[in-house]
Amino acid sequence: MELEQKALKALLSIAESIYSQLKEGRIPEIEISSRTKYNIEFDEESEVWVYGDRTSTRSAKTLKGAYMLLRMAYVMGFLKDQLRINKSSTLRELYYISENWGLAKFDEQSDSDRLIEDLEILTAFQREHFHIRPEEDGATVVGPIKIREETRRGVREIHCQDDVGEGGYQIPVNVDRLEFVEHDAKFVIAIETGGMRDRLIENGFDEQFDAIIVHLKGQPARSTRRLLKRINTELGLPVVVFTDGDPWSYRIYASVAYGSIKSAHLSEYLATPSAMFVGIRPSDIVKYKLPADKLSEQDIRALNAILTDPRFDTDFWKSEVKLQLELGKKSEQQALAKYGLDYVTDVYLPERLSELGVIKS
Amino acid sequence: MTSKHREISIAEFFEKNKHILGYSNPSKALITCVREAVDNSLDACEEAGILPDILVKITKAGDNVFRIVVEDNGPGIEREHIPRVFGKLLYGSRFHAIKQSRGQQGIGISSAVLYAQITTGKPAIVVSKMEGGKAYRFEIMIDTKKNEPEIVREEETEWFSPHGTRIELEVRGSYVKERKQSVYEYLKETSVVNPHARITFITPDGEIHEFKRITSEPPEPPREIKPHPHGIEIGPLLAMLKTTKARDLRNFLKSEFVRIGDRISDEIILKSGLDAKADPRSLTREDAEKLLNAFRLTDLLPPPVDCLSPIGDRLIMKSLMEEYSPEFVYAVTRKPRVYSGHPFLVEAGVAYGGEIKEDKVTLLRFANKIPLLYQQSGCALTQAVVSVNWKNYGLQQSKNELPVAPAVILVHVASTNVPYVSESKEAVAGIPEIIEEIRLALQECGRRLKEYVERKKTIQKRKKKEEELLKIIPLLAEKISQVVEKEPIDHEKVIARIMGKIYVTRHVRNGKAIIEICNFSNSRKRFRIYEMCDGGINGERIAKWDVEVEPKETLKIEYEFRGRHVNSRPLVEGVDNEFVSGAEVVRFGIGAESTESTA
Repeated sequence: MELEQKALKALLSIAESIYSQLKEGRIPEIEISSRTKYNIEFDEESEVWVYGDRTSTRSAKTLKGAYMLLRMAYVMGFLKDQLRINKSSTLRELYYISENWGLAKFDEQSDSDRLIEDLEILTAFQREHFHIRPEEDGATVVGPIKIREETRRGVREIHCQDDVGEGGYQIPVNVDRLEFVEHDAKFVIAIETGGMRDRLIENGFDEQFDAIIVHLKGQPARSTRRLLKRINTELGLPVVVFTDGDPWSYRIYASVAYGSIKSAHLSEYLATPSAMFVGIRPSDIVKYKLPADKLSEQDIRALNAILTDPRFDTDFWKSEVKLQLELGKKSEQQALAKYGLDYVTDVYLPERLSELGVIKS
Repeated sequence: MTSKHREISIAEFFEKNKHILGYSNPSKALITCVREAVDNSLDACEEAGILPDILVKITKAGDNVFRIVVEDNGPGIEREHIPRVFGKLLYGSRFHAIKQSRGQQGIGISSAVLYAQITTGKPAIVVSKMEGGKAYRFEIMIDTKKNEPEIVREEETEWFSPHGTRIELEVRGSYVKERKQSVYEYLKETSVVNPHARITFITPDGEIHEFKRITSEPPEPPREIKPHPHGIEIGPLLAMLKTTKARDLRNFLKSEFVRIGDRISDEIILKSGLDAKADPRSLTREDAEKLLNAFRLTDLLPPPVDCLSPIGDRLIMKSLMEEYSPEFVYAVTRKPRVYSGHPFLVEAGVAYGGEIKEDKVTLLRFANKIPLLYQQSGCALTQAVVSVNWKNYGLQQSKNELPVAPAVILVHVASTNVPYVSESKEAVAGIPEIIEEIRLALQECGRRLKEYVERKKTIQKRKKKEEELLKIIPLLAEKISQVVEKEPIDHEKVIARIMGKIYVTRHVRNGKAIIEICNFSNSRKRFRIYEMCDGGINGERIAKWDVEVEPKETLKIEYEFRGRHVNSRPLVEGVDNEFVSGAEVVRFGIGAESTESTA
């Protein structure tokens, strides 16, 4: 509760600053870290990517800036009231609430989501402290770990193999309230696509290799990334990420391992710097002769963008991305089915995981 | 090679050449009849320096038969000339007259009389009166065998008009409305390039359209010039040789052409190999060819160009403004130029937006102030318009097409010899010099249009931004004071700063007042400030200060006062309302010295 009061105070200090600027007859403006790939820096201490010193100024001199400040004033007013009566709302609800704000109404939910992120950056608090939460995104866990969750209907202890169906244990919004009771796991494997996650479970990969299988469901939600981070640091388990072999998937890996550009202010809290990339690597397309599709224009643009993304500034990524541009091809995880349904669990993953030193061959 | 020429009857000639004379179909025939009469009226008025007042009335006289009346206030026609002017084709041939005129073949009005006669069998009824004379009424037909007028009836009559001519024709035709090719459109376009004329049109439905006179200055009548040797052709040259008064070839050249003096005439005669003393009338066709060839081989000064009569850029703009009520108009009159020995001059105008709603450009083509209604695509004027890259000027355009915009484009070519594509005078031929001049004129119009549209866009954008900011800032101020739970903010200063205005406030404390003046604009401002107190300021009821504030500067005026302020906000004089906030703008015009000057 105390955290919430501090968050509120931080919020109000922004409001105060706008107020006093207006009062003095100055054009109100606020300064905020610029959220581009050119303004993220590697933090040696935490080994994650955080925002650098570059800031951009949002001023009421421009229409865009004026709207942003107006919306921010409304959001701050709303958060203040919400905290006062101890309620919470989802990002989507906030977006709909703005329907009543006249000119301050958001055009799209991405705009209101972004404004909440702005407030996180400006106050150095997280949206949960303002009682704003995301939707349940349904990412799941299957594996030899027992979790204690405080639900609204009492405390539950759930073993993620014995107490769950094939769907697995659903990651709740507030991962910080979970407790890890016990586990027999050796590592965590985070998987991009549902199809591959189901394949691993059907093949009993979690039991055979003592693995915790986490489904990322595309670009992972904060809760999923927070869970990976907690398992990694608190239980000391290695995390590996298994995705498709295209630029969008590499970004998924980057957001798990390095932190995302959009929420680099939370990198320390969300990123798992030791997370390793399993594949599909462009070199796998060659090595395993995987069926592949042609790169689209957007793919090529995204790959070139990766070449200038500081997070990918390593020999591994440089050579892999260049190889991919040469090949002009991309492959999906499920392309491994070319060699049979068991190939991924019997051959590919054991090979890759022993290369990475996660399992002993 | 003896003459096997058969005299072809004039009716036969007409029938064979209907298409080139403008009578190829019933609706076109009707327009042509009106046009021949109106052109005659305009030419006659112009020559006499009269401001034309023309009435055109069309009534339905039967199935596909219309009665056309065209009445003018021109000088009138001498009685003995009347029958021939209307009843003889090619009468008064202006072949030798080298000047800019509407009709160029002299076939004009008599062809309309003939058309009436052929299609309805009715004579033309002509009434004409010269100043101070009597009015005569003729019923005229044309003897088609002899090409001579046949006077059906002739009488003196009463006419209220002091002078003028009236012609009445009954013709087979068809009347169309609201189309590019219609009597209405012809008259409207005629009025655009003849701003000195008033034209009243009564349609068969009884509607009255009045095309106003928008200038009372008649155009400078075009001057007649002698032909230029480089512009003459064999036919006219032979005719000139036959009719000249000169006794010998040398004098013929010197007296009948421009730009030929003693030296040049000797040079031409030398090159032609003819005898300088030869009688012009004795020269053969071969001799004439030699002469033409010698012309070609001789360098000559271009013909004088002051013989042309442009409409004038100012009047084109005025006309377009009057006819189309656009929001923007621009016109260019280029300097006269010469092609193949013929002086010519190009004018162009663009009208944009406003009442012009249609998104397709309307192209108005004119040659010697006559609207060209037909053959738009085959005309060099169209080609020139299409060849301009209008995208450069912010208009949409597909390749080889007219631009797409709510606009009217006007092109006028004036020349002593407009190079028509064919005898029907409906389209101008693609002479490179003319096309280039048109392009230059249009490009200038285009540049001005672009400037205008861009300026308008910036202003609109800025205005829209200002309006939105004006809504947002007060909301922001209100909401933010509510969030921090503090007193409401006066947001006026912020808005003044954003809008670049002058902001004036008065703070009052213990009988002392401070006026704060902030200049948020980009320029130095000088104005006067007034304050009024019931108990007086520095001993006076009204206090005045003349101030001068630099951009970004803030000025303070401090004064003591008694009682209360009569004015709730400071009064300022000498600045526009839209540039000030926080103060009341007044206009006292009090010239008295100010109480105190602040610098």
